[in-house]
Amino acid sequence: MDLYEYQGKQYFARFGIPTSPGAVADTVDDAVAQATAIGFPVVVKAQVKVGGRGKAGGIKLAADEDEVRAAAASILGLDIKGHVVRRLWIERSSDIEREYYASFTLDRPAKLHLCMVSARGGVDIEEVAATEPEAIVRAHVDPVDGLTLETAAAIVERAGLDEAARRQAAELLVALYRCYTEGDCDLAEINPLILTTDGRVHALDAKVTLDDNAAFRHPEWEEYAGTETSDERERLAKERGLNYIGLSGSVGIIANGAGLAMSTLDVVNQAGGAAANFLDIGGGANADVMAAALEVINTDKEVKAILVNVFGGITRCDEVAKGIVEALERVDLRSPIVLRLDGTNAEAGRAILTEHVSERLIVEDTMLGAAARAVALAGGNK
Amino acid sequence: MSIFVDENTKVVVQGLTGGQGRFHGLRNRDYGTQVVAGVTPGKGGTDVDGVPVYDSVAEAVAATGADASFVVVPPKGAPKAIIEAAEAGIRFIVCITEGIPAQDEALFYNTLRRDYPDARLLGPNCPGVISPGKCNIGITSGDIALPGGPVGIVSRSGTLTYQALHELSQQGVGQTTCVGIGGDPVPGTNFIDCLAEFERDPDTKAVMMIGEIGGSEEERAAEFIAAEMTKPVVAYIAGVTAPPGRKMGHAGAIISGTSGTAQAKMEALSAAGVTVAKNPTEAGERMVEVVKNLA
Repeated sequence: MDLYEYQGKQYFARFGIPTSPGAVADTVDDAVAQATAIGFPVVVKAQVKVGGRGKAGGIKLAADEDEVRAAAASILGLDIKGHVVRRLWIERSSDIEREYYASFTLDRPAKLHLCMVSARGGVDIEEVAATEPEAIVRAHVDPVDGLTLETAAAIVERAGLDEAARRQAAELLVALYRCYTEGDCDLAEINPLILTTDGRVHALDAKVTLDDNAAFRHPEWEEYAGTETSDERERLAKERGLNYIGLSGSVGIIANGAGLAMSTLDVVNQAGGAAANFLDIGGGANADVMAAALEVINTDKEVKAILVNVFGGITRCDEVAKGIVEALERVDLRSPIVLRLDGTNAEAGRAILTEHVSERLIVEDTMLGAAARAVALAGGNK
Repeated sequence: MSIFVDENTKVVVQGLTGGQGRFHGLRNRDYGTQVVAGVTPGKGGTDVDGVPVYDSVAEAVAATGADASFVVVPPKGAPKAIIEAAEAGIRFIVCITEGIPAQDEALFYNTLRRDYPDARLLGPNCPGVISPGKCNIGITSGDIALPGGPVGIVSRSGTLTYQALHELSQQGVGQTTCVGIGGDPVPGTNFIDCLAEFERDPDTKAVMMIGEIGGSEEERAAEFIAAEMTKPVVAYIAGVTAPPGRKMGHAGAIISGTSGTAQAKMEALSAAGVTVAKNPTEAGERMVEVVKNLA
């Protein structure tokens, strides 16, 4: 789960990572009130989970009440790459001497944590990474050892941070590592990490991605739940505990297992169609799960045919078949279903469906045959 | 022959008294696997359908000579269970648990690497391993596998692993061993580990590899195949049409930039001399041709 900048900064604060004083505002009046309380000048920042906010006019400096009012009015409601701004973060403006970069993430091939620090932070960090990779120091951290202040200091020095920033930056790096590990982040990134003209080091931005698998030990993450997704179909699916991603084609997809679901998208594409979604119902494909999956897909007006692709392993195909029959009684579907069942008890599953087969429920023997049929029913072309 | 497990493998099931543990553990036993013990702290002295249960892995190993472990424990307890198995001297640990935090995975992987270098972890979040006709540890349905070889299968996905087994078995092509490595961020065993074992195994004559978008494991496997493998490899990569930047269920399956795309992986594998198929059915058909040409 990606956090908004303001959530990321609040998360940083839990681990003692210094940020600028600031507050959230959802209306123009609110923005003015918060700015007045914080003290001018302030920066008004759009809260969207997409990069390039500054260039899109989503970040503005304001020296007084009138300027805050104008800035907030222009940013709220702004569409930044398809993300409409509904919330602002107002924070005290900083006098920036230098912009650095710092992050922690997992280096999958090495199976170790990766710390990256650069003295060349700011908006062009990706260009720096591409053209001058040596300007970014990469250091592995073994989770068994953790990150000591000594090691952090060595990394900061190697990255060439200014003398005045080093001690604070090293301490901040240790705090960021704690946030990343104890806070169960997939990514904890600060760009820019700044040195102010009066010699303080702090995080001017926050990019935090939380590991959803760790939610069981972070009850405090509850507060992020409602702010997560903008796609109505995805919100509905999440409520029902389904792993759903909305796409733009006309063939609704239901499959068990992420790999099989991805593969189903592929074969629909190879058959000349396009998937309306990715939906993995996981291992337990009972009637409730199947009904919920069909309900979510049924809300998508673009869907012209539904392809259900199930390979029974532990999930028995006769159970899946019963689930589909029950689901059909509960859900009034707009589109025909093409079903492919294979694996454990596939014969029994198909037998259960025999009497229900119609032009609204078609059973195909193979994955490729089912994909071709669904694409044809959906009108063929992408 | 087979890799990792065979008819002599003795399995202790950690979490045998739980619903999942009982279901899968007994299924594995019914398949013919030597399931010799279960472990659940506090339930030592009881049994599950005749399989004795012990309080600790160490006790189970001492009493039964178990040399492999099947960890069927919820995410909260799985890291501790894995380390406990290694401490007790278990050399092959299969963990099917889904939903373990990445930080925990990184920690126990590196703890094993440092303190128990002889222990191999398969998973977490994997379907397990099956050497058809000999041993099945995990959640794969034994009846879709066909004993006798000559194909080894290694896959990152669960249901796609079954699909691969099914495609081959339907065509009468048997398997030596089928390994599901799982799609989590820090897999204990990766493609290269399995490819190297298959290369060494005299009964495995060809390898089917099922990958998916995200990460760079398939690209690294391609390098290994080009440099080290003499046996033919047929591959399929799922996710050609997956939109970039979206997480499709597996924590591992994230595309970042252009690396990790299905296209990049397929190109790397092709360049390494691998036969790349565009869907699982075609992969099965290609493998049938490969096996025909072996004789």
